[in-house]
Amino acid sequence: MPSLGSIRRSFAPWSDPDAKPYISFRNVTKRFGDFTAVDNLSLDVYEREFFSLLGPSGCGKTTLLRMLAGFEEPTEGELYLDGQPLKGVPPHKRPVNMMFQSYALFPHMSVADNIAFGLKQDGMEKSARDERVAQMLKLVKLEEFAKRKPHQLSGGQRQRVALARAVAKRPKLLILDEPLGALDKKLREETQFELMDLQQELGLTFMIVTHDQEEAMTMSDRIAVMDKGIIAQTGTPAEIYEAPNSRYVADFIGSVNVLEGQVVASDDGHVTIEGRDGRFTGAVRGQGPAQGKTVWFAIRPEKMRVSREKPTDTENAVQGEVWDVAYLGDMTIINVRLDSGSVVQAAMINHSRLVDDPIGYEERIWLSFSADAGVVLDR
Amino acid sequence: MLRAVTNRLVILIPYFWLLFFFLLPFLIVLRIALSDLEYGQPPYAPQFSFSDGWEVISEKLSRLDFENFAFLAGDKLYINSYLSSLYIAFVSTILTLLIGFPLAYGMARAPENLRPILLMMVILPFWTSFLIRVYAWIGILKREGLLNQFLLWLGVIDAPLEILSTNKAVFIGIVYSYLPFMVLPIYSTLEKMDESLVEAARDLGCTRIAAFWKVTARLAVPGVLAGCLLVFIPAVGEFVIPDLLGGSGTLMIGKTLWIEFFNNSDWTVASAIAMILLIVLVVPIVWFQNAQARATEAGR
Repeated sequence: MPSLGSIRRSFAPWSDPDAKPYISFRNVTKRFGDFTAVDNLSLDVYEREFFSLLGPSGCGKTTLLRMLAGFEEPTEGELYLDGQPLKGVPPHKRPVNMMFQSYALFPHMSVADNIAFGLKQDGMEKSARDERVAQMLKLVKLEEFAKRKPHQLSGGQRQRVALARAVAKRPKLLILDEPLGALDKKLREETQFELMDLQQELGLTFMIVTHDQEEAMTMSDRIAVMDKGIIAQTGTPAEIYEAPNSRYVADFIGSVNVLEGQVVASDDGHVTIEGRDGRFTGAVRGQGPAQGKTVWFAIRPEKMRVSREKPTDTENAVQGEVWDVAYLGDMTIINVRLDSGSVVQAAMINHSRLVDDPIGYEERIWLSFSADAGVVLDR
Repeated sequence: MLRAVTNRLVILIPYFWLLFFFLLPFLIVLRIALSDLEYGQPPYAPQFSFSDGWEVISEKLSRLDFENFAFLAGDKLYINSYLSSLYIAFVSTILTLLIGFPLAYGMARAPENLRPILLMMVILPFWTSFLIRVYAWIGILKREGLLNQFLLWLGVIDAPLEILSTNKAVFIGIVYSYLPFMVLPIYSTLEKMDESLVEAARDLGCTRIAAFWKVTARLAVPGVLAGCLLVFIPAVGEFVIPDLLGGSGTLMIGKTLWIEFFNNSDWTVASAIAMILLIVLVVPIVWFQNAQARATEAGR
């Protein structure tokens, strides 16, 4: 069977049954009064992994990080770091450092003093400390700003200081709460790659919280998509994107068209569904869902083929009217209103600069896709 | 053009204010302080009149001297009054800080919806006359007052405590009266502080206590300085509290000034006392301004 997307590097301890998890959440529940922020959650993260917790605000991802840093204790369940239980260990005794969303730079200290703060707490002697601070400043390219106060820096520079301060103590694990949230788009994209390089260079385990799916996709080895205190799905970016396990995950990552229908035929490897938008056949792993069951066929816009003529090579084809055309430069997004009334989206890569006869508004076109272009979801 | 003129006028308003309501009264008091005591109305000489010729005025001006200041320096009573006032104000300020800081800290860390109520409770006493509130303390602190009755009932003490008419009562009075002036500025600095700074300090290896001193307390310095000054300066010149709650042994410059002015009708010495008091207080104010500027620069 062909594999899903591309795997960035041959680093996959999660698929090795003998690998020892570095961070382990075991049936962790955290309640604040009546509100359950984290609900019976179990999760393993491996050494040197770049792991992202992705979800909308209030899904419990930040609570998870704060439990790891020691600012919150789980109401139930156990937390292990490198095999050691973390219960009752105060924040200052954990080999974990955190980069705060607000950066939390000490306003009364210079950049160098901010970075040296944690080293001073450890009682590192001055010469070694100065050397480490210089090293960190070099790492984040802020050598000339050592004497500045945080309020004299730009947002991007502050973010680097916060990062340098968090890694200065050489923690085994760095946790980052929305590290790029306060930066503008351009800077954010640059910084994503810098964070990845830094993680590789220092050989740290990164655990990051974000609500930005693009950010999570770009940087992570694995992503956990969270929903109301539980993990909806854990997987590599490609797994999450190409093989979501639910409509929630499919919808949270990227754009997706969801076509609802009832199973009319099901055999080993294929399932045929029929709904108001038409009749489609989708590929499934193993035995398909039972007949009569309501399922959803989720397909990404870029996996839709657009044509004026009815395609002959697939049965999965629907006709509709072009409703909106958005030219984005690298691609063109077309919203098509099907005869059933549903609106689906298709994305076309603009291979050539000049097109003789581009698809225009109100034109009737065909959308088609192969059986394995989308996934059949039962929830 | 017209705009430029009006802009200038607007800037001049505060200057005129300072001129008429601070500088002129100051000069009048200074001039009385430099005059001689004389029995009459008003009780000092020389008197100036605009109808006098220049010769007469310059002759009268030459009669102004520092005699009253020399008199103050020569009499132990005045020096002791100043020192005792500074001592009482200093101790009261420290006590107010010790009580006010935890109070402000608790308020700033209270749930957000509770804070306006707590703030209201700190400000509420201002709605009653200061004089009446201080007077009420007599009823609490006197020999057969509420406090003694309560402590006797509890069995903590066998005989009533002598608090009223001692310096203890003055300390209690000052701490009580000026507590809001300490709490409010500290509260406002603590409330603005980002809670994650403390967490960052703990994350980087500080215990709770160390994080408090290195971050919370350090960043509260501007508020603490402002609070201390707002308590210390009026406390030095306080008259009502030592007069009502203090005893004959309580020496404070405000009381001494009152006695000179109203009991002895010696305006000239009273003015000289006021002048020296002003100079004594300018020193901490200037120091505070500098400290404040530095702290603002550091804490921005």
